Amino acid sequence: MTETAPLPPVRSQWWDVWDQFRQHRGAMIGLGFLIFITLFVIIGPSLWGLDPNETDIRNKNLRPFYTGILSGEKWSWAHPLGSDNLGRDVLANLMQGGQISMAVGWTAMILSLVIGTLVGVLAGFFRRIDGLLMRFTDLVLSLPLLPLLLVMMLLFRDTLRAAFGPETGIFILIVVGIGVTSWMHTARIVRGDVLTIKEREYVLAARSIGTPARRIITRHLLPNVMSPIMVSATLGLASAIITESALSFLGLGFPSDFPTWGKLLFDSVDRMASFPERVIWPGLCISLTVLSVNYIGDGLRDALDPRLRGQ
Amino acid sequence: MKLKTLMLGAVATMAFAPAAMADRGSDGQLNIIYWQAPSTMNPYLSGGTKDIEAASLTLEPLARYDETGVMVPYLAESVPTVENGGVTADLMQITWVLKEGLLWSDGTPVTANDVVFTHAYCTAEGGGCAQGAKFNGIESVTATDDRTVVVKFSAPMPNPYQGFVGQESPIIQAAQFADCLGEKAPTCTDANFMPIGTGPFRVTDFRVNDVIQYEANPNYRDASKPAFATVTLKGGGDAMAAGRAVMETGEFDYAWNLQLAPDVIESLAAGGKGVPISGFGTLVERIEVNLTNPSPSLPEGERSTVAHPHPYLSDAAVREALSISIDRDLLVEVGYGQAGRPTCNLVPAPAIYASDNTACLTQDLDRAKQLLEDAGYKDTNGDGVREMADGTPLTLLYQTSTNAVRQDFQALIKEWWEEIGFAVELRNIDGSVYFGGDPGSPDTFQKFYADVEMYANNFPGTDPQAYLSAYKCDQIPSPANQWNGENINRVCDPAYEALIAELGQTADLEARGAIARKMNDMLTKDSNIIIPLVDRGRVSAHSNTLGGVVLNTWDSELWNAADWFRVK
Repeated sequence: MTETAPLPPVRSQWWDVWDQFRQHRGAMIGLGFLIFITLFVIIGPSLWGLDPNETDIRNKNLRPFYTGILSGEKWSWAHPLGSDNLGRDVLANLMQGGQISMAVGWTAMILSLVIGTLVGVLAGFFRRIDGLLMRFTDLVLSLPLLPLLLVMMLLFRDTLRAAFGPETGIFILIVVGIGVTSWMHTARIVRGDVLTIKEREYVLAARSIGTPARRIITRHLLPNVMSPIMVSATLGLASAIITESALSFLGLGFPSDFPTWGKLLFDSVDRMASFPERVIWPGLCISLTVLSVNYIGDGLRDALDPRLRGQ
Repeated sequence: MKLKTLMLGAVATMAFAPAAMADRGSDGQLNIIYWQAPSTMNPYLSGGTKDIEAASLTLEPLARYDETGVMVPYLAESVPTVENGGVTADLMQITWVLKEGLLWSDGTPVTANDVVFTHAYCTAEGGGCAQGAKFNGIESVTATDDRTVVVKFSAPMPNPYQGFVGQESPIIQAAQFADCLGEKAPTCTDANFMPIGTGPFRVTDFRVNDVIQYEANPNYRDASKPAFATVTLKGGGDAMAAGRAVMETGEFDYAWNLQLAPDVIESLAAGGKGVPISGFGTLVERIEVNLTNPSPSLPEGERSTVAHPHPYLSDAAVREALSISIDRDLLVEVGYGQAGRPTCNLVPAPAIYASDNTACLTQDLDRAKQLLEDAGYKDTNGDGVREMADGTPLTLLYQTSTNAVRQDFQALIKEWWEEIGFAVELRNIDGSVYFGGDPGSPDTFQKFYADVEMYANNFPGTDPQAYLSAYKCDQIPSPANQWNGENINRVCDPAYEALIAELGQTADLEARGAIARKMNDMLTKDSNIIIPLVDRGRVSAHSNTLGGVVLNTWDSELWNAADWFRVK
């Protein structure tokens, strides 16, 4: 009997990816922060319990605890981050606003990813519709986002409001608006990758044994374009949050009693000089979330690239 | 040698002469900022203050009001009265005489025919003139010679100074607008954007909802005015940016209507480059109740028209509950400070026209709830929102323009209304669109695709007749008049119309006051169709280097721009 060395335990490739990802310090910090901020906006409101829209005029214009302690201005533990000029709690608004901003970001990102990948793969794989789809991509790419969203607001706001209620209606509108105007870069990147991959030998082999196109796409193409898709997903999330903030900042997004991070910024600009914290906190939330997502994207790109992995 | 000295002397004298005389255009450039951008220069096609004031630099009426509310002649030689024979004793006719030698900015003479044409323009069939109320009761306008206009009324007109007086009804040039009558009015883009006028400045460039460039009118009647050669009127942005541009950075010379919280204005003024100025007039911030159904499920063209009464806001009890649940003192404290006072009146001044109506000043949430309860609006499913008899919940869409103070008001009022059992949805719309009067936009205050809306309005001059006459059945905005009527609430009450007619026949000041107060009460106290909130002082700001500014709450803020000068 000859002894054979025991085989190493079967490991999925995702464990390798995770190992590589863990090497990237920025990405790990980013991931940590993203988890934290997600929990903050999802679980936070139920723990904190204050209604973000409840006004409390007697306790208006409270400063955050650190300014209060350092300079002795009016503050209270009931509103640790202070209250606005109508006495609404800043912390509760940050949590509530984060929920909306993050929800818009994720949904719009997923939507744009689905559209982008679909268009990219179809255009790259089927030569016959390539020209058509890519010219369409160019067309959409040349549309300016803000005016387009304004027109969409005007045309569909009332219909959606009647069908889904004011908040959900605007949510759908904004998400769809951002989604359908930000898939083009993903589509172009995916198409480029698909064009190279479909000439590879294994795809040729699959084709020669009669594998249908659908199987080739799901089995061979998609897993191999995963890495650029992931990266553009992280960038997409960040830009969706920023676009929503820009819309709210212009006063065109959600109704005024429906806080989002961008809206909080917009409302606080007038008193920026006297109450900087009201601008700093939502601003910080937006930029840190976007930054952390970008770092995660960076780490993912390294980890998903088999040539870099294990170095 | 002697000749040379003489010539040098002559040249020197010529060079120094303009400085001594303060010539037209000697003070260079004037920068004005209106945070609501003007969208037309034709006051007859827009009810928006921003458009009317931008136009007031170019277009002038026969007479306008000064800062104390007294009428001063502009294009007219003098203000006609019964005493000087300009108005007949039976109050049926007024005769205006134009100043001699008046020229339009294109050099052609101003004639009585232009005045006649102005009336024809605003009253043309199918036009939907935004200032129609100004010309109510006028039977005919005729020119007896080049400078004399006779206006005949169909009934005795105790206040004959409505048409052709004040910033809303300036004289337009017949030659320029001849082809723009009636339905064609909005299509005459050139004329509407660059009207030929008699004012101190003429338009050189008009960018819709953005910026207007003017230059001194070479044919202005006073050869030494205006002191400024060019004017840039920048529109858009927000009140905060406008205030900052004048008082903190000094980029602009004049900022209009700084509707900002009192603490914010104070902190801006600390910038030291300019000063805020304020004055109380007749400006009332109010909530207008829509008596027609704005539901989007109705077909376009029937939404917010009299064809469909509002399901529950046509009930007076509901409107009263809405009014008494508001704490107006708190609104003033939050939004205006010294520049506002709580009011229950649509006409807060002058004293003789102001009703003693103060019932709404005390907030009474319990009574508001009781009113709704008694009227049969009960919360049957326990979700905190009352329902109508058929089970439809009381949901309110509450719209206004985008402005920090207005959004604060919305937040507070929403809270009170939700407490008495409404579900309130807020919407804010960019001011340029909201007040823009574009019949194609669903978001204008005239179209009123909401249940209640908030804005401020006032009347020019000291007589509220035209203002109160707006609430007539035939002034209701609808597709038929391109949504241009002034009866925003769509109220149609024969008793009220009878009072309009009566006011139009009463000359005695005391009696006029009594009727006007009664009309005010009918719209506010008795029916709560209009829910007044705050009597607003107007706050504007000018830079320290701009002289001659007199804040006028009775007419355009730019009324005396011809006299403005640069402080050296």
